[in-house]
Amino acid sequence: MSTLAGTSQLIGLILKRDRGRLIAWILVLAGFPIITANALLELYGAPSARAGLIATFGSSPAYSALLGPIYDSSIGALTAWRIGVIGGVLIGLMAILIVIRHTRDEEEAGRQELLGATVVGRHAPLTASMSVVVGAGFIIGTLVTVGLAGLGLEISGAVAYGVGVASLTTVFASFGGIAAQLTSGGGAARGLGMGILGVAFLLRAVGDATEAEVLGWISPIGWFTRLRPFAGERWWVLGLSISLAVVLAASAYLLASRRDLGAGVLPTRIGPAEAPEGLRNATGLAWRLQRAALLGWSLGVAVLAAIYGTVANNVDELFGGNPQLADALAQLGGADQLTDTFFSFTAGVLALFTAAYSIRTAHRLRAEEEALRAEAVLTASIARWRWMGSHLLFAFIGPALMLLIGGLVMGATYGSAVGDLGGELPRVIAVTLAQLPAVWVLTGATAALFGMLPRFTGFAWGLLVAFLFLGQVGQILRFPHWLLNLSPFTHTAAIRLENVQLLPIAVLFALSAFLAVIGFTSFRHRDVIA
Amino acid sequence: MTAIHVSNLTKNFGRIRALDGLDLSVSTGEVHGFLGPNGSGKTTTIRILLGLLRQDGGTATLLGKDPWNDATDLHRRLAYVPGDVSLWPNLSGGEVIDLLGRLRGGLDGKKRARLLDRFDLDPTKKGRSYSKGNRQKVALVAALASNVELLILDEPTGGLDPLMESEFRAVINEERSTERTVLLSSHILSEVEALCDRVSIIRDGRTIESGSLAELRHLSRTSVTAEVATEASSLRGLPGIHGLRLEDHRVTFEVDSQHLGTALSQLSRLGVSNLVSHPPTLEELFLRHYRQDSDRA
Repeated sequence: MSTLAGTSQLIGLILKRDRGRLIAWILVLAGFPIITANALLELYGAPSARAGLIATFGSSPAYSALLGPIYDSSIGALTAWRIGVIGGVLIGLMAILIVIRHTRDEEEAGRQELLGATVVGRHAPLTASMSVVVGAGFIIGTLVTVGLAGLGLEISGAVAYGVGVASLTTVFASFGGIAAQLTSGGGAARGLGMGILGVAFLLRAVGDATEAEVLGWISPIGWFTRLRPFAGERWWVLGLSISLAVVLAASAYLLASRRDLGAGVLPTRIGPAEAPEGLRNATGLAWRLQRAALLGWSLGVAVLAAIYGTVANNVDELFGGNPQLADALAQLGGADQLTDTFFSFTAGVLALFTAAYSIRTAHRLRAEEEALRAEAVLTASIARWRWMGSHLLFAFIGPALMLLIGGLVMGATYGSAVGDLGGELPRVIAVTLAQLPAVWVLTGATAALFGMLPRFTGFAWGLLVAFLFLGQVGQILRFPHWLLNLSPFTHTAAIRLENVQLLPIAVLFALSAFLAVIGFTSFRHRDVIA
Repeated sequence: MTAIHVSNLTKNFGRIRALDGLDLSVSTGEVHGFLGPNGSGKTTTIRILLGLLRQDGGTATLLGKDPWNDATDLHRRLAYVPGDVSLWPNLSGGEVIDLLGRLRGGLDGKKRARLLDRFDLDPTKKGRSYSKGNRQKVALVAALASNVELLILDEPTGGLDPLMESEFRAVINEERSTERTVLLSSHILSEVEALCDRVSIIRDGRTIESGSLAELRHLSRTSVTAEVATEASSLRGLPGIHGLRLEDHRVTFEVDSQHLGTALSQLSRLGVSNLVSHPPTLEELFLRHYRQDSDRA
């Protein structure tokens, strides 16, 4: 078919450009479940050990909202429960980001034009990028299946897990394909894709935690848990994923055939002929470039916090009178208050979310430099520290604002549900805001990387994934303390209103400030390079 | 007064030597052509002058100050148009013009309106929907509408159509009367020829020639095409004649400036019926430099 001409060459090009990125994603996404299963085998090999774990988490709507329900007591089922949802979100992230990177971003950069004029069909870029992502999904799936089966887990469960991973990748690759057709900018397409991913995550969270179970059935991430690997696999659920992927991919192709190169389906509006008053300095420009993301992410935090606040009510009711379970729960955060532990956990999730916002916001510096837009500002009488500071301002203030919003919403929904708004609101806000210094360490690290090793600014994402892994599974898998302590989030998780520990807060603030200063000084002394 | 003084400038990118002892001197108020083929180091030099890159060796002075340490102050006094203009996708052209003007410390509103009109630019379009030429116009309007002492233009007409290119030339010629200094980097020789008072030619990161166009031409040859009545092989063997070609009654050759007289008197003896001669274009000048270099190598 002529519209697909050149697809194989494009696949080659994508693999050449992205091999490092793809290998990293594959290793992380395949490694998560295998490492988790391995550790669970070592720590909870005995069924009695698992019984405690399940009794603690199994029937709590609050934890179902966070992680999904536990369907069975086998090691495999516990692996799927502990890592399935978070892995699913990461898979969606990978699929959407890579597809948009090789379709809409290429168009926006004008490189597609270069290729489009050669023997490359209209649909070749979409096909090539989706093929690469789906291929990566199948490799991850295969590795997971082989890895889990290699650990001695049930073959059918291992296959279900692997196939589930591959089909989830396919669904989100298709969502990415659609998002890339709708908007004319890569940033907007990514925003749309992330929005879809967020809705899928929230639908599943609400569906698993409340009576409205049907909501979980309209979320691709919900389908993954409902496939029930290692817990009486429901293979037919795969049919839902495959049908949706087919419909979405077909729509993406249809949209692609109907639009012009460079244009989106959604129209581009014209702008004002003159700049508004506010657009007069570096900060004004940064505000203009960052405000949409700030609003979108804040909204996401508010919705997530509202859901967590609503389901938190169940924690007390279910476990309030059971000291054994309280002990087990304390493993998670080490607090005596069950709801505190729960909120510390949810605050950790919000913190990771805001850290992602902060890294992407600080990373904008590198994007602007690479696109040669930084030099337009830097050659117009703006000192380097001012320009750098204008974006870092959002990277530092944004998370503070979002955590405050998160704490407020979570505290208000929970407080009004238990009828103690005055008591609960400050407590929840304190637990949530306590995460800020840990988030800022990542902000500072991104700034330092940008200043010292600009080509490796994206390495900050690797740090986030590492901290996420340590925080999500580190304690339950009993990693050594020194390893857990490497993550700044470990130090902020235990902070409560009643026992605010100033030392870790001060150390983390100092560290983030130190990293930011390194970033500023190194940028002052280095070449501005694309 | 010197607006730009660069001496023995060197810059390495890893193992690649981008600048290898480059010299450049631009007087205040002149339009200076900065000529060189792609990859010869023009943009690297300009980026050092703008304080974006730091030189590895040599000195650079801009308006009497250090381009690296005094960057912020200097940038209030200059405007820069890059060869490859990249705009923010969701800011309109008008917004970018105003923003860059304000960042530089002010914009002449009347000039802005006049330039928009002359360059036929729609300021309401978003950055992502402009063509290369229109992106360049946005940067040109932003630079030209500000009242700065120095304009640094890096191949600014690459995307402009011939009509806009001549408009650009007209605007730069008007700038000449306002005593602004212009550094115009280009590989389009006719543009430099039409606009510049003095020229520096660089190659492989080194200055190979610098001076006024008249001075440069003096060193070079005149091209002659003539129709003659008789057989013209007597031209062969005359001093200073190069590349002689004889086709029936038509002769073409190049002659060194100091031997032009001898060649012309020989032509008139042959019964010349038609004569076209032109001074060397920069193109020829350019090519000769390279031929000489490769001959030497």
